[in-house]
Amino acid sequence: MYRIRFHGRGGQGMKTASRILGTAFFLQGYEIQDAPRYGAERRGAPIFAYVRANDQPIFERGIITRPDLVVVADDSLVPVPAAGVLTGVDRHTVLLINSDQTAETWQHRLNLDSRIITLPAETTERDELRFIGATCTGAAARLLGVITRASMEQAIEQELADLGDALIEKNLSRALLAYDSMQPHHGCVNPASDTDATAYTAPSWIDLPFDEARIAAPDIRAAANSVQIKTGLWRTLRPVIDYERCNRCWWVCSTFCPDGAIKVDDKTPVIDYDHCKGCMVCVAQCPPHAIEAIPETLAQEQEAAEETTS
Amino acid sequence: MTRTLLTGNGAAAWGARLAATDYIPAFPITPQTEIIESLSTWIDRDEMTARMVTMESEHSMITAAAAAAASGIRVFSATSSQGLLYGMEMLYTVSGWRAPFVLVNVSRGLASPITLEPDHNDIMAARDCGFLQIHCSTCQEVLDSTLMAFRLAEHERIRLPVIVNMDGFYLSFTREPVEVPDPAAAKRFVGDYDAENIRFRASAPVSQAVAVIGGAPYSYFRYETHMAAQNGLDVYDELSIAFADQFDRSYPAIDAYRSEDADIVFVMLGSFATKAKAAVDRLRAAGHSVGLLRPRLIRPFPAGLFRNLLAGKAAAAVIDQNLSTGMGGVLHAELAAALYGAADAPSRLLSFIGGLGGRDISLEEFYQIAKVTRTAVAEQKTPPPRLLYTEQELREMRKLQAVASVERDELNNSKGLSRD
Repeated sequence: MYRIRFHGRGGQGMKTASRILGTAFFLQGYEIQDAPRYGAERRGAPIFAYVRANDQPIFERGIITRPDLVVVADDSLVPVPAAGVLTGVDRHTVLLINSDQTAETWQHRLNLDSRIITLPAETTERDELRFIGATCTGAAARLLGVITRASMEQAIEQELADLGDALIEKNLSRALLAYDSMQPHHGCVNPASDTDATAYTAPSWIDLPFDEARIAAPDIRAAANSVQIKTGLWRTLRPVIDYERCNRCWWVCSTFCPDGAIKVDDKTPVIDYDHCKGCMVCVAQCPPHAIEAIPETLAQEQEAAEETTS
Repeated sequence: MTRTLLTGNGAAAWGARLAATDYIPAFPITPQTEIIESLSTWIDRDEMTARMVTMESEHSMITAAAAAAASGIRVFSATSSQGLLYGMEMLYTVSGWRAPFVLVNVSRGLASPITLEPDHNDIMAARDCGFLQIHCSTCQEVLDSTLMAFRLAEHERIRLPVIVNMDGFYLSFTREPVEVPDPAAAKRFVGDYDAENIRFRASAPVSQAVAVIGGAPYSYFRYETHMAAQNGLDVYDELSIAFADQFDRSYPAIDAYRSEDADIVFVMLGSFATKAKAAVDRLRAAGHSVGLLRPRLIRPFPAGLFRNLLAGKAAAAVIDQNLSTGMGGVLHAELAAALYGAADAPSRLLSFIGGLGGRDISLEEFYQIAKVTRTAVAEQKTPPPRLLYTEQELREMRKLQAVASVERDELNNSKGLSRD
């Protein structure tokens, strides 16, 4: 049985990527199972999705603890423990990371004996960000080696049917480009053998100790702590105010901001980037169109460059 | 036979569509929402003729469903978790109306703390309310059970609402190959709804109500409902045979997997039971005589069938994905009640609590459950109930608690508040 896990951020299309791959397997005659997994349903939150494919009915269910292939759409998730990118990764696992760092760098950083393959990093062009899922799924299909180009095409057409021809075409071109680019690694993913019922590591079950309610009650008791949560880390796009064009109306952007993250001092709006989630409501509402949306990665690079020069 | 990929939610929606549902009162809740989204899309595209009304709560939704059912039409609705509990008052009330309809529950653990992931405490809370319950373990089963549920609910010897239960995430959001029955075949199976004396027609106003009454007549009505629910056992058997005849898929009240010649049997509900099947296969390959019993019907409880299927077994290990606080696993207690006094009942009945709030149950844990059960048989000693919880999980919990405690102290210090 093949076990594949996709990791990305909410909004990057990991669920769709897993569905395209699941459908492609299904078209090849496999029994399949695909599912997304998320906690908070919001853009930018770490999510994963998984696919199982086998030549017989699949009884296994739920999270994949020993993946054959892990696909990472956003390399900033690799070091985030909560994202669980490296869970169950061992030497038989192939890691496919979308990154502008090389495979050697990742090998060095992670010190894993897994095979690591990188996809050329997502471009900072805002329009291109939308197709990262298609790129990931096309590359993954080639690494598996059992999915034909034709099945890949058909799977995309089927899964994205509601989006219209133009978008299907764009996704197809990215997916097939990635599929072709992985030719040197064709079929490098191998299914792990199943855990044997004779030689297995017994779970280390324990008797849960009793804790008093002051410890064991699931309550949060702290004063004014919501400000401590840097919700700005969720942002994938950053709104930037062009003060040349801002007409100092003093209220539109700050009123519409659903998170109260725009403060107005002396008629000048200032965005609190620690807490702006990047919803872009202000961008849509600003009457003189003085707020621009910039990919967060690009904005951070610019900031870093400015810091070095100053 | 064409198969297509559907989630459990998609399968439930197809069930409602193929049963030619007339009315769908709805209220969204994760992880059920996709069911009503699918139905509303189909209604909007004229692919389905039904009336959908979004309500302001599950309490109203259950009331509307039963009120519509009491006018003699076919009704479907769906909820989950806190929503099922919010509608709880009406679950008890409307079953007493004896107006049949089908409600899908997508299991999700209950607050507090809050989770989106599944366990069976929500559906177990509804086990005494008068609704019959069918529990599913695959997406195909969700679709097929929804069709069967309408016939069960509407049967003249039952006439009670039925809940079809599936696990959130592991079925609701999981796509699997599903054969969607041909609409004509589905219609032939479900049949037309004969509402008997339940009718409400335009321009012919009638009052429908229940009276305030004392103990003896009250007892009569409650016990009649209980007997109707128990009729469900025989009616269900007839139905599952009829379903198998027509669709070639068999759903007995208890799904018995490699249990006939087994010494040790796992007993569990829902989607994780497919994981138990995988474990059974591998334990068998390793030479252990293990099987699985998975009840699909929980209300009515197939006690007699359990007694038959477990007769002569060395032991049963019940894995409950629920916890009755201060008591333990619900299925374990119910099975113990069913087996008490049976001459050839298994001498060992073990209790395991696992999968609360969506926690995984690994293959290795099934192996270990089998091992603990074998030991119990050999030593003629039943171990106390076991929560599936590892040392590492406690260590991670302690780490979270340590972080929380340090952060709280820092925050309080920075605000000049004293430590506590």
